[in-house]
Amino acid sequence: MQWLASIGRNTIDTVGAFGRAFLMLLGAVIAKPQLIKNTPLTIKQIYVVGVQSLLIIVVSGLFIGMVMALQGYTILVGYGAEGSLGPMVALSLLRELGPVVTALLFAGRAGSALTAEIGLMKATEQLSSLEMMAVDPLRRIVAPRLWAGIISMPMLAIIFSAVGILGGHVVGVDWLGVDAGSYWSIMQSSVDWNEDVVNGIIKTFVFAFVITWIAIFKGYDAIPTSEGISKATTETVVFSSLAVLGLDFILTALMFGIE
Amino acid sequence: MSSRKVEIMVGLFVVLTLAAGLLLALKAVNQGMSNGAETYTLYAKFDNIGGLKARSAVKVGGVIVGRVDSISLDPDGYTPVVALKISQEYNKFPETSSVSILTSGLLGEQYVGFQPGFSIDGIADLGEGDYISDTKSALVLEDLIGQFLFSKND
Amino acid sequence: MENLLEIDNLTFSRSGRIIYDDISLRIVKGKTTAIMGPSGIGKTTMLRLMGGQLKPDSGDIRFRGESIQSMKRNRLFTVRRQMSMLFQSGALFTDMTVFDNIAFPLREHTKLSESVIKTLVLLKLQAVGLRGAAQLMPAELSGGMARRAALARAIALDPELIMYDEPFAGQDPISMGVLVKLIKALNDALQLTSVVVTHDVTEVLTIADYIYILAEKKVIGSGTPEQIKQSDSPLVQQFLKGQADGPVPFHYPSDDIEHTFLGAK
Repeated sequence: MQWLASIGRNTIDTVGAFGRAFLMLLGAVIAKPQLIKNTPLTIKQIYVVGVQSLLIIVVSGLFIGMVMALQGYTILVGYGAEGSLGPMVALSLLRELGPVVTALLFAGRAGSALTAEIGLMKATEQLSSLEMMAVDPLRRIVAPRLWAGIISMPMLAIIFSAVGILGGHVVGVDWLGVDAGSYWSIMQSSVDWNEDVVNGIIKTFVFAFVITWIAIFKGYDAIPTSEGISKATTETVVFSSLAVLGLDFILTALMFGIE
Repeated sequence: MSSRKVEIMVGLFVVLTLAAGLLLALKAVNQGMSNGAETYTLYAKFDNIGGLKARSAVKVGGVIVGRVDSISLDPDGYTPVVALKISQEYNKFPETSSVSILTSGLLGEQYVGFQPGFSIDGIADLGEGDYISDTKSALVLEDLIGQFLFSKND
Repeated sequence: MENLLEIDNLTFSRSGRIIYDDISLRIVKGKTTAIMGPSGIGKTTMLRLMGGQLKPDSGDIRFRGESIQSMKRNRLFTVRRQMSMLFQSGALFTDMTVFDNIAFPLREHTKLSESVIKTLVLLKLQAVGLRGAAQLMPAELSGGMARRAALARAIALDPELIMYDEPFAGQDPISMGVLVKLIKALNDALQLTSVVVTHDVTEVLTIADYIYILAEKKVIGSGTPEQIKQSDSPLVQQFLKGQADGPVPFHYPSDDIEHTFLGAK
């Protein structure tokens, strides 16, 4: 009977957490917009979550593009189809790897930092102190971070894909000797703006929203002790990675699966 | 970190994103067709479309002039109907043009080969929604092999 | 004497545990009221109830006769501009300089020009003796300095009521003396109403006008410092003298030790 009770308790806790997460989102987003006050805050957060994640995104994008070109070449050359290297690299990056890998890196780099930051603000009573100063922490702390995440991550994903395609060019064309003209032209004939690029960007917006939401909520809802914050930070990375992979399957099925 | 420096870095971030987006838009993506450019639609009935897919290329002498928009089955004769989106740039094809389903290389992608017909007085140009009557179906490798074996047996 | 804050028949419980049971307090305008008690009885909780961050299970908390827990959020935020709280950790915003921390409430709630804000902030810093530290980050301050900076921020908007959460905890004797002097001086100079939550007996006896001692979910004693010292309640005396065992038991409530070790009879 013990385990039955614990299943029940966990279910109730989970549902309760969803409820609190949703209320937090409402409080942050539905709040009366204070554009003049919030824009500088949001810009600062874009710096923190976006610009500071740039290095890891560029380096990862470059290497992933290079590895894909290398792997793709060894497979394609067996069929005499190494000309299709360009579309292979571009399509996998734009449709799949760009959004997903960026999202996973973003969850690890920016998501965990957001959780820890907000959790520590809670633990050091900064959030309470804002409330006592009659400043709503949802608007002042949560909303700018939420917007910054939603704005930054798609930007990072675009940069990731572009750098990856260039990395593929470096390995495929400059090193392995695929014809540069065919790398680009066959890519152009198979990549479609709406179907591939726009769908990929839609994916990143969904991922960005989910990761930032989870990260902020985990920090906001963390138990304000060092143990609670470390648990919340771990959970942010685990939950948002799982959410990204699960949502990626659903979105891919919706976008590309049905003819 | 002064707010001025933060603003400059975020500005650079935006510029970098725009540059990346531009690279994707100009270098990696096919321009013209299907992203807003003017097109018109032609239809063609085939007996067999082989491996043709939506978004396969439509080529005239190797030059891409359009793409396959959709493939459906004509409810009357149960024959495949292929809708072709042709760029408005090429809007003077005569009615006598023919289309065939070709393969690039032995195992490559299938595409629609468009043969512009002769143009003399009294022959109108193909326009929006017209059917191309002269079509050649895809060559199906299994059929070819079957025919080859059959003729050997003779 | 006018009451700024009145608490009537307050009952509050958290996760099933009763913290306060039918408590009534009066905070008199312009005076310093101390709320004392052993640690772990939820003194901080009392301040959060007064600030409207928590809602009582039953009873009423009124600020100038207006019930706090039935206020709408907007009204509560307006009322909170007249209160401020000095948190135990100081709760300075770690990503801003001391100057920006103190300017923060002014920038949020007033439309003053930057030059006026600068003057005000420097005056407040001067009052707590930290004008020279204006451009430091909170992480560069010592604990006592951080608390003084937080005090400057708490008085930035010239509130009517200021609540101190354990202002003396973990301070060396000098910082403690500085804080005692500051609280007293602010109270006299600004006609503030102060609520000090603490368990540091000696300091409180010097600054408080009125004292409430809380223990075991109830008010066990109240009065002026003189009355408290003369109280004949054993609980109050145990608290004032710091005896290990007495009416407030040394042991956390548990089974009889014989029962635990020797098993049930």
